[in-house]
Amino acid sequence: MIELRDKQVEMFIGQVLRAGVLLSSFVTLIGLVLYLLHHGASIPNYHAFHSISPMLRTVHELIPNAFHGDSLAIIQVGVLLLIATPVARVAFLVGAFALERDHMYVAVSGLVLVILLFSILFAR
Amino acid sequence: MNALTFSLYILGGSLLAGLLGSLTGLGGGVVLVPMLALLFKVDIHYAIGASLISVIATSSGSAAAYVREGFSNIRIGMFLEIATTLGAVGGAWLATRTPTRGIAIVFGLVLLYSVYVSFQRHDDEIVPRNKWSDHLKMNGTFPGHDGVEQKYSVKHISGGFGAMAGAGILSGLLGIGSGAVKVLAMDHIMRIPFKVSTTTSNFMIGVTAAASAGIYFRRGYIDPALSAPVMIGVLIGSLFGAKLLVKSKVKPLRMIFAVVIFFLALEMIYNGWVGNV
Repeated sequence: MIELRDKQVEMFIGQVLRAGVLLSSFVTLIGLVLYLLHHGASIPNYHAFHSISPMLRTVHELIPNAFHGDSLAIIQVGVLLLIATPVARVAFLVGAFALERDHMYVAVSGLVLVILLFSILFAR
Repeated sequence: MNALTFSLYILGGSLLAGLLGSLTGLGGGVVLVPMLALLFKVDIHYAIGASLISVIATSSGSAAAYVREGFSNIRIGMFLEIATTLGAVGGAWLATRTPTRGIAIVFGLVLLYSVYVSFQRHDDEIVPRNKWSDHLKMNGTFPGHDGVEQKYSVKHISGGFGAMAGAGILSGLLGIGSGAVKVLAMDHIMRIPFKVSTTTSNFMIGVTAAASAGIYFRRGYIDPALSAPVMIGVLIGSLFGAKLLVKSKVKPLRMIFAVVIFFLALEMIYNGWVGNV
C-alpha cells in the first residue's frame, strides 16, 4: 500500500522538477540570446581563472540587474532557479513524509534540506 | 574567436556531450569537463561550475520519466543523500585547495573507473529481510523477469553510506554526477537490484549537485556566458539521447563511446601530469 502512495508522490514531484527545469532553461535562454545580441562580437577569455564579478554572484545585486535587462544577470537568475529545483524536491518530500506520519523520514529528509540550505546560503 | 562563435561551438559540443553521457549512462559531465578543458582551453574551475549546472538540469529533467518506470526507492535515496550532500560540501571545499593538475588527474582516474563499471555485468542477488533494512524501511518491490513482483531488502547500509559520501566528495570536486560510484555503493555494496539502483541514483544526482553548485555560485566559479550554452546544450542532447535509447539498439554505439571516454581519461591524466591544464 505504501508503495502506491510513494509512486503518486514521486509522480507529482517529477512534474514539479520538470517544470523547474523548463522555467529555468527558458529564463537562461532569454539571457543567452540577449547576451549574444549585445555582446556577440566581444572576445571572451576563459583560459585564466579569475572568479566572476560580485555583481553576478550575490542575489541582492543580481535580481535588480536582471530586471534592468542585464543579460548575464538574467542567465544567473535562470541558474539559481535551476539550483533551487532539487531543493524544492527535498522540501516537498519532507511534507509528503509528514502526511504519511513517517517521523523517521521527516527527520532524514529534513536533515538533507538543512544541509542543502546551509551549503547554498552559508558554506564557502 | 568572438562570443557568438564561441557560444555556438560550446552549444554544439555540449549537445554532443549530453548525447554521449545519456547513451553511455555516465551523465553529461564526464564528457563535458574534458571537452571544455582540453578542447576549448577553458580553466577547469569554470568547466566544473558549468558542468554541475548541467548535471542538475539533466537529473531533474529526466526524473519524471524515471518515476514513470516506478522502481526508484525514495527512502533509500533520501537516506543516502545525507551522505552525498555532506560529501559534496566537502568536495567543494577541497576544490579550492587542490591544484588544477591534481583535479585533472583525479578526474581521469574516475573516468577510467566509470568506463570499467559501465561494462560490468549486473547479477541481482536478492538480500533476505534483516533488522536494519526493516528498521530503516528500505524494503521494496520491483517487477522481476516474468512480471511477478519481486521483493528485495538491502544490506551493508553503513558501507553504502560511506561510499556515497565518497561519491558526494567526487561530485563536489569534479562537477560530475559520479553515477558510477553511486552504482558501486548501491549495486555492489548494498545489493540493491540494478533497476532500482540506477533510477534511484538518477534521482539523487541532482540533489547532490545542488549542494555544491550553491557554493560554486557564490565563489564566482559559475560564469553565465559559459554555463548558459552548456546547460541548454547538455539538456537537449541528453533528452535526445534518452529518446534514442528507447528506440534503437545501442550496444555497438556504447562500445565506441566507451573507447572515446577511455582516451579522454588518458588525455586528462597526461595533461594533468605535465601541467598542461
